[in-house]
Amino acid sequence: MAGRLEVTEIELFYGDARALDRVSLAVEAGTTVAVVGANGAGKTSLIRTIAGLMVPARGRIRFDGQDITGWSSDRVCALGIGQVAEGRQLFGGLSVRENLEMGALVPRARAHRRASRARVLDLFPRLTERLDQAAGTLSGGEQQMLAIGRCLMSCPRLILLDEPSQGLAPALVGQLYRVIAGLKADGLTLVLVEQTVAASLKIADAAYVLEQGRVVRSGTGAELLADPAVRTAYLGL
Amino acid sequence: MPFEVILNIAASGGLTGLVYGLAALGLSVIFGVSRVVNFAHGEVMVAGMFGAVLLADGLGADPLVAVPIVGLALFGTGWLMHRGLVRELIGAPEHRQFLALVGVAMVVMNGLLMAFGPDARGVRVPYAFDAYEIGPLLLDKVRVIAGGAAILVAAGLFAFFRLTALGTAVRACADNQLGARVVGLPVERLYALTFGLGCAVAGIAGCLMTLIVDVHPQLAPDYTLAGFTIVIIGGLGSATGALAGGVLIGLAEALAGIVLMPSMKSMVSFAVLILVLVVRPHGLFGRPAR
Repeated sequence: MAGRLEVTEIELFYGDARALDRVSLAVEAGTTVAVVGANGAGKTSLIRTIAGLMVPARGRIRFDGQDITGWSSDRVCALGIGQVAEGRQLFGGLSVRENLEMGALVPRARAHRRASRARVLDLFPRLTERLDQAAGTLSGGEQQMLAIGRCLMSCPRLILLDEPSQGLAPALVGQLYRVIAGLKADGLTLVLVEQTVAASLKIADAAYVLEQGRVVRSGTGAELLADPAVRTAYLGL
Repeated sequence: MPFEVILNIAASGGLTGLVYGLAALGLSVIFGVSRVVNFAHGEVMVAGMFGAVLLADGLGADPLVAVPIVGLALFGTGWLMHRGLVRELIGAPEHRQFLALVGVAMVVMNGLLMAFGPDARGVRVPYAFDAYEIGPLLLDKVRVIAGGAAILVAAGLFAFFRLTALGTAVRACADNQLGARVVGLPVERLYALTFGLGCAVAGIAGCLMTLIVDVHPQLAPDYTLAGFTIVIIGGLGSATGALAGGVLIGLAEALAGIVLMPSMKSMVSFAVLILVLVVRPHGLFGRPAR
């Protein structure tokens, strides 16, 4: 399956404002890497730059050895990088079935469409009852299931998860993390961006802390969980 | 005035309105997906009319035969226009869109004037004076064919958007552009496809319109304005609304021409527009802005 991601010294600007400042990170194939930080630290900018939604001013992004810096999002997706975006970004006026189909339109996923859908509905049985319902009418938890399911339809090798627990009830967050753990067990490479720091660090093999667009700390999830500065700043301990 | 006369005029107006509606459907599809207002839409429609005239003069082709040829040619033109110009305008300030596309409209209209001159030209079909008698209605065959073909083309477009993966991808783009990029849809190509489709539909409406009226280049701004009126009445971005708006304007103009004065047709169209804007600002089939 592979799915190694390497980000080297990338810089991103919004006008004159620097959103990412020489950010580097490495994600080994089959591992889960968490990126944590406060609001405005640059987490979503990082995800969007990797996904091809934004073009960095400098730096390199490599996926399984291939330089994908500046590639458009459709090419990045076609290579096997899927995304569960902040705010879910579903097609609210389209049915659940159509949302899932849209996930499988990338060339590498078309041949596996039926199998992928069966797998997604097996993972999220609730969506089976909702197939013909407009995505915009689903509950928050169901929408998040659909966002993850739509991403899985593209048969990704790496998934970028941007704030997947945002807006979910605590009971649903636990369920969500069980699903993420399942994806990890399946051998998928995951990049998890979260404000729910404790949960994401627990599941992560490695983690990075972003502040004002810079990586200020990195280590294994367990190391950062034990780091007094991280515990004070992000866990309120 | 006898009721039968009014009924016949209303039916004729409704059939013509279906062709107006088809042209407006092209405008609506482009706006609904890429949020670009094509101020050169009437010019594209008139280019389609001249395409039908050329094919009729050169090959003796019926406007219905011209439909696929003109449709394909204008689809290609629209696609190239999007790649060369329109994609730079997506998300740009409205005044840039307006100036650039009005500029395109000027160039096309003056190009048509240079190529064909200012005089009206028409397509003569052997069934031009035939009619269908249905009860009290006496319907011109050309209008029935034009209106029927407009419905078929619109139905084909609906089927494309509803039943094909590509059409669903276009709807996904219209629904959430960022979401479309997130799942890896080729958004730029889908926009180009949509612009091409919108131009093709306008050109096809132009072909059908040659069954009903003669063509001259100065018709173009009138058709652009009529397209906007219909789309606003029907509801911005609503395909059903575009067709319904077209029928409403066709009816209103036809009845105004006979009940009031022919020169008051446009005035009545705009009165309908104002009325709809006051009573239902988002149009007959549009959704209120959130």
